[in-house]
Amino acid sequence: MAGLVLDHISKRFLNVVAVDDVSLTVPNGTFVCLLGPSGCGKTTLLRMIAGLEAPTAGRILIDGADITELPTHKRNFGMVFQSLALFPHLCVGDNIAYPLRIRGRPKSEQQARAAELLELVRLPGFAARPVSQLSGGQRQRVAIARALALSPQLFLLDEPLSALDAKLREAMQVELRQLQQKLGITTIVVTHDQREAMTMADLVVVMGEGRIRQVAPPIEIYRKPADAFVADFIGSTNLLPVEADPAGRVFAAGAPVAGLAMPGGLGKAVMSIRPEDVHLTRTDGAAHVGRVTFVRDLGGTVETFIDVGGTPIVAVTTPRERLALSAGDTVGIVLPAECCVVLAS
Amino acid sequence: MKREPPRRLADYAPLLFPAAMLTGFFVVPFGIMVAVSFFRRHQGGFYTPDFVLANYERFLTPFFANVLGFSLLLSAMAAAACVLLGLPFTYLLTRLPRRPQILWLVALLSILSLSEVIIGFAWSTIFSRTAGITNLLVALGLMREPMALLPGFGALLTAMIYQALPYTILVLYPAFARLDPTLVEAARTLGASPIRAFLNVVVPALRNTIFATLIMAFVFALGCYLLPQMLGRPQHWTLSVLITDQAIYQSNMPFAAAMAVFLVLVSLGLIGLTLLVGAKEEGR
Repeated sequence: MAGLVLDHISKRFLNVVAVDDVSLTVPNGTFVCLLGPSGCGKTTLLRMIAGLEAPTAGRILIDGADITELPTHKRNFGMVFQSLALFPHLCVGDNIAYPLRIRGRPKSEQQARAAELLELVRLPGFAARPVSQLSGGQRQRVAIARALALSPQLFLLDEPLSALDAKLREAMQVELRQLQQKLGITTIVVTHDQREAMTMADLVVVMGEGRIRQVAPPIEIYRKPADAFVADFIGSTNLLPVEADPAGRVFAAGAPVAGLAMPGGLGKAVMSIRPEDVHLTRTDGAAHVGRVTFVRDLGGTVETFIDVGGTPIVAVTTPRERLALSAGDTVGIVLPAECCVVLAS
Repeated sequence: MKREPPRRLADYAPLLFPAAMLTGFFVVPFGIMVAVSFFRRHQGGFYTPDFVLANYERFLTPFFANVLGFSLLLSAMAAAACVLLGLPFTYLLTRLPRRPQILWLVALLSILSLSEVIIGFAWSTIFSRTAGITNLLVALGLMREPMALLPGFGALLTAMIYQALPYTILVLYPAFARLDPTLVEAARTLGASPIRAFLNVVVPALRNTIFATLIMAFVFALGCYLLPQMLGRPQHWTLSVLITDQAIYQSNMPFAAAMAVFLVLVSLGLIGLTLLVGAKEEGR
């Protein structure tokens, strides 16, 4: 099997289970995001792939070879740390050429490779600068260049962009994705930022409490979350308690959702609908009617908070399609069946 | 974080207290010692204010040059050994969980509470023929019969290292504890074995601390004056021993002061040279 295979990996620290029986296959050339709240075990999983932690149970294979016991320095994986971990006593060029120096490559080759990589991360001519004189974004690029110096088999990044400000972070996400596509390198990024994961990944792995909750392409994770945890973690969503009526329809907030049947065998469940999928209409003829409690007009989007018989629902619209609503108004609500996902709770 | 350079006179006010302490407890006593070193000595332990160079002249003999050379060599060896032992020890200590770390530090601090006399006697027992470690080796079958390991250079150096090592570790500890552990991990992911990562990431990153520690251990070892007498032969007596001998047993204060001034100047010169070399390498 080509690519990285995690085979029933677990990690226990004393009596805490950080990673609990994780199995995952990453085909070569894929960009994977390990996504989850802090403490979900995503960083521990990445460190085990890098060899910085030993799994308590399970095997790690790469292209069919078992590397579970292989020490870090023999793995040839490039890794970017959250702290970046640039060597403070070396200049930019020497930082990047460090893995070549370790392997005793000639000085000329080291310099040529460093220059080539600086070109790649768009910092040409920075080789002689001391690390202390770089800005946050520049350090980031140097750390990426250093991790790529030996054309590693796997490119691992642990919350690489968390130290950057929001604007730079978004730009770096796009850049990192483009870089990965250019090099075609298998990449695994740990992040707690779902926007980051949506921007970069081919495959998003959502983790919670040490387990994998869902593995899917970003848009599928967003549209078809596997459970309430994933739905709630990825973007914002309305999670409504629902039950089946005798005819098998889904009853939410006191009225049936038109055209939505309850999946077989479920009595009570949770239904997820994204705020941008909630349509607001006039009250006459609408199945659900609610009272507006608050309107947050952000300019680009308008968030309308509605109370439907005790159940809060949030709708996001653009100003163009906005009804002239203010707190206290009553409004009709349409929940399109194709946008509703019923989840076993 | 960058601080504003002091501009007004009042900006220097925080320096007053340390400056007063330094003057009261260092500059003034040292000044008195410099003055005494030029005084004229009389028989019977008295001296009168004067300006004679006789005390320094007496010093310029091959005998004292040898003693000075040996003192510097012994201290340098002790300092180097302390740093070489202290570096890996402190590094591994900071990798431990918090509780064992504290236990180790407490143990090291307790060594500091021992005086040079106690350390000297302890080692003279350990190295003795009748009760020393060689008896243990004999019992284990590694040696045929117990022997005395003292007096000698090895015994002296061992005890000096024992005395200076806790200081070395305590000076290195804060720097190691602050060092970002991901630096070593990064080096390992880039292909460096753990020992290699230690040598070309940890050591260079802490170069200044290591230099400072080396100098501190050196100066500390220079001040040793009991251990050479307890564990060494007369040829292992350092300048500090001779200074004590002149000041206390021969009651020749001016000569002792002259030797002390000379020792201070030579060690200051050496430290300056070390710093100069360090600065040059830094600017490379």
